[in-house]
Order: sequence, then structure tokens, then C-alpha cells
Amino acid sequence: MSLAQMTVAADRPAVERAARAPTLAGGLVRLAGPALGLALPVGAAVAWELAVRAGVSDGRLVPPPSVIFQTLSELAQSGELQRHAGATVLRVAAGFGFGVVAGTLLGAFAGYSALMHRLLDPTLQALRAIPSIAWIPLFILWLGIFETSKVALIAVGVFFPVYLGVMGAIVAVDRKIVEVGRIFRLSGPALVRRILLPAVLPAYVVSLRAGLGLGWMFVVAAEFMGASEGLGYLLVDGQQLGKPAQIVAAILAFAMLGKATDTILSLSAEPFLRWQDAFGART
Amino acid sequence: MLSIDRVSKIYANRVHALDGISLAVEPGEIVAVVGGSGCGKSTLLRLVSGLDHPSNGKTSLDGETITAPHEKIGIVFQEPRLLPWLSVADNVGFGLADRPKAERAERVAAALDRVGLADKARMWPRELSGGQAQRVALARALVPRPEVLLLDEPFSALDAFTRVDLQDHLLSLWADLKPTLIVVTHDVDESVVLADRVVVMRPRPGRVFAEIRADLPRPRDRQSAAFDFVKRRVLAALDRSLERTAVTDDRETRASAGAALWW
Repeated sequence: MSLAQMTVAADRPAVERAARAPTLAGGLVRLAGPALGLALPVGAAVAWELAVRAGVSDGRLVPPPSVIFQTLSELAQSGELQRHAGATVLRVAAGFGFGVVAGTLLGAFAGYSALMHRLLDPTLQALRAIPSIAWIPLFILWLGIFETSKVALIAVGVFFPVYLGVMGAIVAVDRKIVEVGRIFRLSGPALVRRILLPAVLPAYVVSLRAGLGLGWMFVVAAEFMGASEGLGYLLVDGQQLGKPAQIVAAILAFAMLGKATDTILSLSAEPFLRWQDAFGART
Repeated sequence: MLSIDRVSKIYANRVHALDGISLAVEPGEIVAVVGGSGCGKSTLLRLVSGLDHPSNGKTSLDGETITAPHEKIGIVFQEPRLLPWLSVADNVGFGLADRPKAERAERVAAALDRVGLADKARMWPRELSGGQAQRVALARALVPRPEVLLLDEPFSALDAFTRVDLQDHLLSLWADLKPTLIVVTHDVDESVVLADRVVVMRPRPGRVFAEIRADLPRPRDRQSAAFDFVKRRVLAALDRSLERTAVTDDRETRASAGAALWW
């Protein structure tokens, strides 16, 4: 469950309560739920800021929030941040795209056909056991040090959760529901479209989100292996030149981008999953 | 006419589920199939529906051998098996996908009205009670106007009141189009309420043990002496069917205890 959903879920009872008593107190109650989650990080940031201002620490290795935001806004004003973030987003998008297409297709084959499962699954499971970062030297030898090898690495990271999710979801579709399709004499494609696809969609969305998370993880690894732009480059650059504020700024950018893409993904899937009667869909 | 001709079923795990079942069902007839657990009642229904294939023999509808699900044969399972991602109305219209939209909407609305759920058309299946969901399943099976409707213990998961209600509902739906009904049940009352003919099966392997006619006028009074008489005959046949399979020396005790234990 994403933070956005949690906020929504936490918000709803509060909204209902507030609707009953539309007062100032109601408004406060409505804010209290999300605000409580912010107390810890905001409190820690404020405390550190005060500690540095009071001279308890010089804040050189652990820069206070004000310095981080200053660095961030300087990077944004110079256009550096946009350039690096753009390069990273492009890499993740390309790797995610290839990984999802391959994972979905192979997962669908291995889930739908027992023969394909026996043929494909052992090999893919063996490959999955390899830590994906171990491919880096080989990818560099094969594909060079530029974009291709980076995108390939991200695609490999995205591929496995998607493959596993699709294959597992198809295999687990309730036989009883499939029989309903057979009784109404659905053809193969119609069975896929009208029964299998909707049935696997919830698990598919979860696997896409897992894949996206891994995509963001692997883009950092890919950019560590040599890049002249990208948020990963900002990290390496900040370490080599001793600029911790730039490192933290890049980390913040990763956090925001990762969170934003995940939210987009789960929000765009939500209209298709409204039918769910599951623990996670409770209101 | 639906005919089941010397049908046997041996599963891959060598369980002998059915052995030489023959049954002819007239159009519009209601046949109830009762029997102890493991006598192959559900297997029989799956063979007639075309979901499974017989190991020997064949089933046919109007002379046409059934090898796969047939458009003139519908089935209602023990569970509603509604598709959770479709609204109630879309579930009912599931078998009408190839019809024009207007006709589909009209027939779905009529069917929902007939089962008393017109106001639930836009709900999700998860928002229905067990009895409502099973009524939707009934509507879904009837909306393509099948000649034969198979019901596999359709009301066994429901409470007694809902069950009686749905039995009456089923009979009134049957009266509209008079399809052939084959109802598998383990509820003797239900079999006598619904059926023109009660087929009692015996287990291991499943065979037809007895056929009892229930020529009672409809609507049937569950309290009448005639109803009770037919019910007793079914119960007695069930008892004997179970006794025959138990090859033991304490026949007497089993026969007398059986009537009580059967419930």
C-alpha cells in the first residue's frame, strides 16, 4: 500500500467524522492523521537544524536541512538538477519498459502453458538467483559503457519481479472462475481477455510496482559504473568532491521521483481494481 | 431430450466415480439426483455439462453428443462463482456478449427483475448476500435461455429460510421457459419439493440405485401427507443404497441407524 493510499485510508473515517461536526475541531481531527506521520522526520530535521545553529555541531559531514535545500535550489536554478534527473528518469523509463514487456510476455507464456512453464521456468529461476549487479562487468563488455548497458541492467532488475508476478498470478487463477468461462464457451483469446486478465490484474499491479522499485535501485548501480550525468553521477560526484549536501540532495530527488512514479502507477491502476473485496481494499 | 447412455467415469487417480449410468430426461422434466457423498452426483453433472468427458458411454442432447460445453446447457454451481470484477448486471449478461447491446441490456434487466434484484444491478458481487449472489448466478445461467439447466447442490450453502425461498424462486423461473432441470442435492426435502422424478444413486462406484416418481401437484405443500410419503420412499431408498455398499455383517444396525444418520 502506498503512502497516498494510506493517507486516503486514514483520512476517510476522519472525513466522515468531520462531516458530522463541521467545526474547527473537525478540521483539526482531519489533519491529525497525516500530521502524526510527519512528526518524527520534521521533528528530527528541526532538532538538527537547531543543533547546528547553536554550534553543537559544525554540520559539515551531516548538513542541516537549510543547507540541503539551498543546495537543491541552487542545482535547480542552474538547471543541473533537471538535467541529471531527466537522464535518470529516461534510463529508468527505458529499462522499466523493456523489463515489463519481457517479463509480462514470458510470465504469460510460462503461466498459461504447462509446456512453456517446463521449458522456460527452470532457466529463468536459475538466472534469477544471480545477483543482478553481477551482470555489470559482462554488460559493459558486451554493450559498452554508455546507455545500452545501463538500460539493460535496469531491465534485468525489472524483469524478474514482473515475470514472477505474472506467472504466479496466472497459475493461481481460480479454476472455478475459469470454468465459468468454459461453460459460456469462451475462445482462448476471449478467456484471456474476459477472465484471466482481470483476475491477474491486482497481482500484476503489485509486481509492476515491485519492478519499478527495483528499477530505481538498479539505475543507481548503473550510474555508479560510470556516467557523466544522472542523479547517480551527482552521488558519486558529491562523494569525490566532499559535498555531502549534494549527496543528500540527490537522495531526496531519488525519493521524490520514486515516490511520484509509484503513486502514478498505483493511481492509474486504481479505477480497474475498484471491485476488489480484499483486506487491502478496506475503507 | 437429454440422454445419458451407459456413462462411466474413471479419474486419472483411478477412482471409479461412475459406472454405467443411464438416464433419459424428457424436455421440461425436473429430475433430482440424490445420494450419499462420493456417489458421483457432481461428476455426473460435470459430464452432462461438457466440462469433463466420460471414460465410457456418452451423453447427448436431442441426439447431439456432448463433448464440450453446449450453448443449450447451462449450469449453476454450489458457489455463485460470480466474476468479482463485473457488476451484477454484467455478470448476468456474461453469456450474451455476442448479442447487440440493447438486447443484452433488456434481457439482463428482465432477468434481474425476475429474481427480484433489479435494484442491485450496478452493485459489485461482494456487496451481495449469499442468497442474492446465488440468485444472480441463477439469472446468469437462465439468461441465454438454455434447454437444460444443471444445478449442482445450488442451495446447500444457504440457511434453511433462504433455501426454501430460492427453491420457490427456481420453480417460478422454471415455469417461464420450462427448461429441463437436473438438480443434484443431498437434501431430501429439496429433491421432493422440486422434482418430477428423484434418482437415488449409490456410491463407489456411482450407479443409479432407484428412481422414485414424485407426481405431486404443484405448488407442493411441504406439510402434506403425500409429500411425506414420497419423502419417506426416497429416504428408504437412500438407506438401502448405503447399506448395499457397506459389506458388513451388522446390516440390521446400519439399516436402522442409517435413517437417523443420514442427516
